Amino acid sequence: MLTSTDEWLLYGETFKSRLLLGTSRYPSPDILAKAVQLAQPAMLTASLRRESAHAQDSPVFWKLLQNMKIPVLPNTAGCHSVDEAYTTAQMAREVFETDWIKLELIGDDYTLQPDTLNLPSAADKLIKQGFKVLPYCTEDLVLCQRLVDVGCQAVMPWAAPIGTGKGPLNAYAMRTLRERLDVPLIVDAGLGLPSHACTVMEWGYDAVLLNTAVALANDPVHMAEAFANAVKAGRSAFLSGAMQAHESAQPSTPTLGTPFWHHA
Amino acid sequence: MMVWINQKSLELQQGCSLKDAIELAQITPPFAAAVNAQFVPKTLYDQTFLNDNDKIELIVPITGG
Repeated sequence: MLTSTDEWLLYGETFKSRLLLGTSRYPSPDILAKAVQLAQPAMLTASLRRESAHAQDSPVFWKLLQNMKIPVLPNTAGCHSVDEAYTTAQMAREVFETDWIKLELIGDDYTLQPDTLNLPSAADKLIKQGFKVLPYCTEDLVLCQRLVDVGCQAVMPWAAPIGTGKGPLNAYAMRTLRERLDVPLIVDAGLGLPSHACTVMEWGYDAVLLNTAVALANDPVHMAEAFANAVKAGRSAFLSGAMQAHESAQPSTPTLGTPFWHHA
Repeated sequence: MMVWINQKSLELQQGCSLKDAIELAQITPPFAAAVNAQFVPKTLYDQTFLNDNDKIELIVPITGG
């Protein structure tokens, strides 16, 4: 069962929360700050863009990040090549002063599906430069194994395409992945409901990373709290060991001594 | 010579460094820089001399998922 010491390790660092939260698309910086305060995520994701397009909002966000005192996980969102991802990661390391990087290498702009063919080589290049790489990937078993082979100490399969909120679309593959890989698995992208987060945690996933499901809720602050609770519930259920499902009904109340039995 | 900073043209004297260009851009820290898609650490700004038509990217932290 879940205890207060249910911590987990990523690249040798210990985390208490199993929720990672994105910082984008919130109605305001204040609402983002309140959502983070209630959810207490292990990490906050952030990104980098040209100064000319974000001269006004960047200083506000930077100050907010510093005040929240939660580890930052920069991403390489929008990168389409290994070289772009590598350069972006280097820039992120200098700006955020961290070796953590959420490796996003987009292969298709419509589905935002990762470039599965080039992702391992990108991860390999970054790991060799000392980055702690968390790769955004699909639920493909062989791809995830290759990422582990090049040194990724965790992988982050999508549940569904980014921002769709559809929840886990391929339960079989995701559960197979959990059975086959021993590294931490973080579901990244596609979750829409707290029940989705709870489900993947029940399957034994180690954490979830989400953004849009919280940011676009009518009340992002309390949705963040709902997701944090769902993650805890799912984790507790996984540790508790669920019962086996049965095809036929089985009474929960003892049948021995049932009154009026066989009176007729 | 002319260089490009975040896709905007900027006239500079020959021999200018990346540090000179950044000072003209008046960007608020924190930021990071790349020249022709190659990252340049801030410790090398004054040693990185620009050439005509160089493309400089200055990026800042923003929200992300």
